[in-house]
Amino acid sequence: MTAVIELDVEGPAAPPRANGELVFAEPWESRAFGLAMSLNESGVFTWDEFREELIAAISSWEQSAAPGDCYSYYQCWLTALERISVTHELIPAHSLRERAQELADRPAGYDHGHDHGHDHDHDDHDHDDHDH
Amino acid sequence: MSTDVTADRIPIKLRTEALEQLLVERGLVDPNVMDAFIKTYEKDVGPLNGAKVVAKAWTDAEFKARLLENGTTTVAELGFKGPQGEHIVVVENTESVHNVVVCTLCSCYPWPLLGLPPTWYKDPVYRARVVKEPRAVLGEMGLSLPESTEITVWDSSSEVRFFVLPQRPAGSEDLSEDELAALVSRDSMVGVAEVVVS
Repeated sequence: MTAVIELDVEGPAAPPRANGELVFAEPWESRAFGLAMSLNESGVFTWDEFREELIAAISSWEQSAAPGDCYSYYQCWLTALERISVTHELIPAHSLRERAQELADRPAGYDHGHDHGHDHDHDDHDHDDHDH
Repeated sequence: MSTDVTADRIPIKLRTEALEQLLVERGLVDPNVMDAFIKTYEKDVGPLNGAKVVAKAWTDAEFKARLLENGTTTVAELGFKGPQGEHIVVVENTESVHNVVVCTLCSCYPWPLLGLPPTWYKDPVYRARVVKEPRAVLGEMGLSLPESTEITVWDSSSEVRFFVLPQRPAGSEDLSEDELAALVSRDSMVGVAEVVVS
């Protein structure tokens, strides 16, 4: 459980800001950023290869988004990173799906940070693989 | 139709966690290296680097000439280099020309000088509109330019990342290089603001 804390605006404890804006809006964004940087640094893929996937993910979002859909740059970033991990055969696609599902199936109360419903039954997840 | 590798219904932070776990388990990512990258970009790299470049260009004509001639090697003289720092091209604002930067396809941005891009820079609306109606977009962002000022929009890419050298503001003649650097905002180096003496 992450407690909400007041962040200092100035001084050594202040979070990094870029002219008043936090660099990452949520922790997962910084993880997704760090993963891409690490894989690029170790030469698993080139930055241009990643950028191509990123452009494709952004373009795909822009074409499919309904009016009013909220744009998330790092969501496109993560999608690009998942795809490049699969196409470069770092991780099989089914492992990604299964692991994410396992994490989602952790017992209720483990992490409710982004739960949207209040009466969620965590044992009731559908394990079938749908393609919508 | 979803083109995502993982199902859309799984929260994004769990997808990220799953990917990180699998990459770490396979030895493809070292968590310490990853943490170091995050820390560096959160804390150490930011628009201050770019501001130092601008202040130096305002006070050192020879440096400015070299900067406009070859951005990448000239900013590297100050130690500013790294990913997305290749092929930096500096464009100078004057009385008659105002430059503004966008990346229409994604978010190419001169990281070593400005850190990571702000939200609005990555936004589809900014990316599409600033090309078509730069004067209106700049006006909405608080920068009204006279009709006589020509606006040039530069599209950054993996080949070239543009960086704006803003105009030195009136009334800054007596300021030192450090004092000048403190005036230079990130937005002025992307071209959506001017530098003013506070």
